Amino acid sequence: MAAPMFFCVVVTVTIVKLLLIPSYRSTDFEVHRNWLAITHSKPVSQWYYEDTSEWTLDYPPLFAWFEFLLSHVAKYFDPAMLKVTNLNYASFATVLFQRLSVIVSDLLLVYAVYECCQCVQVMGKKNSPQLLSQPMFVLAVLLLWNFGLLIVDHIHFQYNGFLTGLKLLSIARILQRRHLEGAFWFSLLLNFKHIYLYIAPAYFIYLLRAHCFTRSNRDGRVQWTSLSLLNLFGLGVVVLEVFAISFGPFIAMGQLGQVLSRLFPVKRGLVHAYWAPNFWALYNIADKAATAVAVRAKLLSPDDITQATMTGGLVQEYTHNALPTISPLVTVILTLAAMMPALVHLWRRPCTPRDFLRCLVLCAFASFLFGYHVHEKAIILIIIPLSLLAVESRQDGQVFLLLSTCGHLSLFPLLFTQAETPSKVCLMLMFSLFAFMALGSLHGSSKRRPYCLPLLSPVETAYIIGLVLLQLYCSLGHHALGLTTRLPFLPLMLTSVYCALGVMGSWLKFYFTTLTSVQHLKQS
Amino acid sequence: MDTRFGTLCTAVVFAVFVRWAVSLNSYSGMGKPPMYGDYEAQRHWMEITTSLPLKQWYFNGTDNDLLYWGLDYPPLTAYHMWLCGKVAGWINPDWTALFASHGYESYEHKLFMRYSVLIGDIVIYIPAVLLYCFLQKKLSHLQKVLLSCVLLLFPGLIIIDYGHFQYNSISLGLTLWAVIAISHGHEVIGSAAFMLALCYKQMSLYHAMPFFCYLLGKCWEQRWKKGFVSLCCIGVSVLATFTFVWLPFLTEKDLFLQVVHRIFPVARGVFEDKVSNFWCSLSVVVKFRNFMSQEGLLSLCLATTLLGLVPSSLDLLFRPSIAKFKLALVNSSLVFFLFSFQVHEKSILLPALPVCLLLPWRPFTSTWFLTIATFSMLPLLIKDGLVIATLVTSVLFIIAVELGLQGVSSDPTIGCPVCMWSSKNLPWLPHRMFFYVVKSAFYASLMGALFLGLLSVVIPPPSSLPDLWPVLISVYSCLHFIGFTLYYHIVQLMAPGAKETTAQKAKKTQ
Repeated sequence: MAAPMFFCVVVTVTIVKLLLIPSYRSTDFEVHRNWLAITHSKPVSQWYYEDTSEWTLDYPPLFAWFEFLLSHVAKYFDPAMLKVTNLNYASFATVLFQRLSVIVSDLLLVYAVYECCQCVQVMGKKNSPQLLSQPMFVLAVLLLWNFGLLIVDHIHFQYNGFLTGLKLLSIARILQRRHLEGAFWFSLLLNFKHIYLYIAPAYFIYLLRAHCFTRSNRDGRVQWTSLSLLNLFGLGVVVLEVFAISFGPFIAMGQLGQVLSRLFPVKRGLVHAYWAPNFWALYNIADKAATAVAVRAKLLSPDDITQATMTGGLVQEYTHNALPTISPLVTVILTLAAMMPALVHLWRRPCTPRDFLRCLVLCAFASFLFGYHVHEKAIILIIIPLSLLAVESRQDGQVFLLLSTCGHLSLFPLLFTQAETPSKVCLMLMFSLFAFMALGSLHGSSKRRPYCLPLLSPVETAYIIGLVLLQLYCSLGHHALGLTTRLPFLPLMLTSVYCALGVMGSWLKFYFTTLTSVQHLKQS
Repeated sequence: MDTRFGTLCTAVVFAVFVRWAVSLNSYSGMGKPPMYGDYEAQRHWMEITTSLPLKQWYFNGTDNDLLYWGLDYPPLTAYHMWLCGKVAGWINPDWTALFASHGYESYEHKLFMRYSVLIGDIVIYIPAVLLYCFLQKKLSHLQKVLLSCVLLLFPGLIIIDYGHFQYNSISLGLTLWAVIAISHGHEVIGSAAFMLALCYKQMSLYHAMPFFCYLLGKCWEQRWKKGFVSLCCIGVSVLATFTFVWLPFLTEKDLFLQVVHRIFPVARGVFEDKVSNFWCSLSVVVKFRNFMSQEGLLSLCLATTLLGLVPSSLDLLFRPSIAKFKLALVNSSLVFFLFSFQVHEKSILLPALPVCLLLPWRPFTSTWFLTIATFSMLPLLIKDGLVIATLVTSVLFIIAVELGLQGVSSDPTIGCPVCMWSSKNLPWLPHRMFFYVVKSAFYASLMGALFLGLLSVVIPPPSSLPDLWPVLISVYSCLHFIGFTLYYHIVQLMAPGAKETTAQKAKKTQ
């Protein structure tokens, strides 16, 4: 891809971000403003103790330092936003500064995407005259115009852009087989936002397997004697150094326990107020159905049912009636169990960076599907690395189209204000139209079925059409039928359950292709 | 799904997205009692038209205070407002309650108003632009998509309609439908569409002269009998459209005269606020309001406007062609903007529409003009709090032109008749020099605009000269517009007529 084209993609998406400045902002805006204030006006020792606002600092130390840096620019915009007691302060200058800080910090994402585009491996078509058939261009658009990142960062307000940038940078370094740099960027990332622990197992196994063990046996198994202590030592130094810089001061001050208790609060419920489209959404709905059946069959008396369950999402604590209630430990075990085949698969092969990428996607999938109190925004963690695979192979392209459509649609309830509806619909349409067109023309449509979306099978096409119909019902039909007062949560529940089916489906499909790819390797 | 259709959809969705994102900003007069702004004017018209019988719409009365945003647009606007008002009243009666709703502002109401603009745009303007682009035979599919995307991204119209709040896309869209119909030989439909535009907004008169001259010239060219018949058809279509729209107001003479009086407010000043037209710029140096009466000014404006219209109109009348027609639309509306009476800064959108149509042939000068046109409205947009949106959409537009049409980097001398003439007849001139001079003039002009804009946003004007920045901006833009008027006149006058083009083609084939 020519550099000017990349530049144009960057500039246009930046303009889109600038246009979104006056959009609705969630409470996360106030969260980050409060963190600016805390880091600016309190000594480091107070950062993790300060609780004037309910939005206490609950990101790892490096993110706090990042806010500290930002606050020194912020004072030139509006010093009033840096007062801890100035709760819910949102002057025009504050909004402008915070929005611009997200847009500017996205430059790291831009650089990382550029690096990733250089790593794309595709035979043949690399310099096709048609823009839509150039994998690098397609990848750049899929990553930079990612619908989830755009709405979560630039409407809802968060800093996922530059964090994703760090992640992509570490992936790019690993794809270039610069393992130590990859490890460095990833440990940096972990110290910015600990949600990326979800994908840490993939890093751990891959770096151990490919960096510390230098040789494989004939059959692809690891050669245990080839452990390079030097490599292991180097890796350990890089990772521990980052952690030491980040957590060191707090350990020295004896605050580690306090910091960790802020980072991992355990008082939340199994599902978020709005169910993320994962396994637990299906579990909850199964519970509801089972409860209804049990009440009919007189196995359960209506008095035993906690009424909160029927409002479906109003309360955070969720008690199951017919099915067993899930404890955090169960979710951890299930998550690890879901990751295990992928990790074992990665370990037992002379693994390439692409195997690592697949394993990373599977780890993200497992934590999203089975994790405790998962937020729907975590779907971005899966979609972003999957984009890299989608431009390289047809099968992954299929999974990507299915997953990105239903995953992004499940983000719709995040923006519930009416004025944002056209924005999100337009952005989603643009992204999906582009993804379908680009991946369709990239992977050729030799066996193009009539009446099907590009790359998708009839069942998947029907699923996507159902998704559109469901969305129409939720945004128009439900209100028109006058059910808004009687069943206020039905649209949200339908959306998350329907999307959960799609996410589960794409997970199984992706797992299947990953585990069966051994045969492809042997054949070739 | 077809890729061709997909790219088109993506482009249109992007254009809609930009429109909606701009509409999230504030509107004119937001939270500024007692008069508010154009947003309140439109809302007030919805209130008036739905609450009062049609005969009272344009009359001052106990229920209708004409001094508070009295209806001063032609009937089609009133009908449109009636329709919107009916929907508004159905959603929430408070929005259109007589008197009680004055200055009504709420989150939902703003949404409703923004949607009403978007719907008008999607129904009338956007399809017209798409049709215009897809009827350009020489372009490939991708070029057509890119061209329509560029045309849809013209910032001036987006900012005024979705930021400031007006329904310009309807009248301009109707004009565009008329241009499309006439360029493809459907003169009857075209003249009816233009009549509708006129009945929606009297400002469309800026475009009337070229329509008249082109249609008359076309009929003149045909054989006597056929020409007369087509002239009659056009006349019938114009009169029928006019009668159809104005029917309820034609029943009484007083009623009709009152509407006309409201539409053409000769009693108002020669220009509103600071307009980048000739009179406003001149008034910086010559305080002609001190020694000329209102009537004197009115006749002076009329005389200069008519005089300015003569060259382009006569040229179009005697050598009609589609290319000349579009250029004459630019020229006539620019002359109106520069010299006529009661000009608003937003009226620059009228010349901007035909300049948009010239984009594929003269991307460089058109981009220049359109950017300055947006810039000329800056004082108004600063007042409305739309500075960021203006800047961002303008940059987006310039990038879109560069990407879609290779406009800014293209050779500005291409298609410029003066350059062609001079390179043929004056070969000793350094033409490459000329190319660089124009290029640097373009960038210098943009930098100047940026600088002035920055000044007016950042630095408060000296207390003795509170209007310093708006005046500087309007003089700066006015100088540009005068230059563009001359340029487009030269281009039009030197362009060959339809007959000459066919003669040349015939020669070539021989």
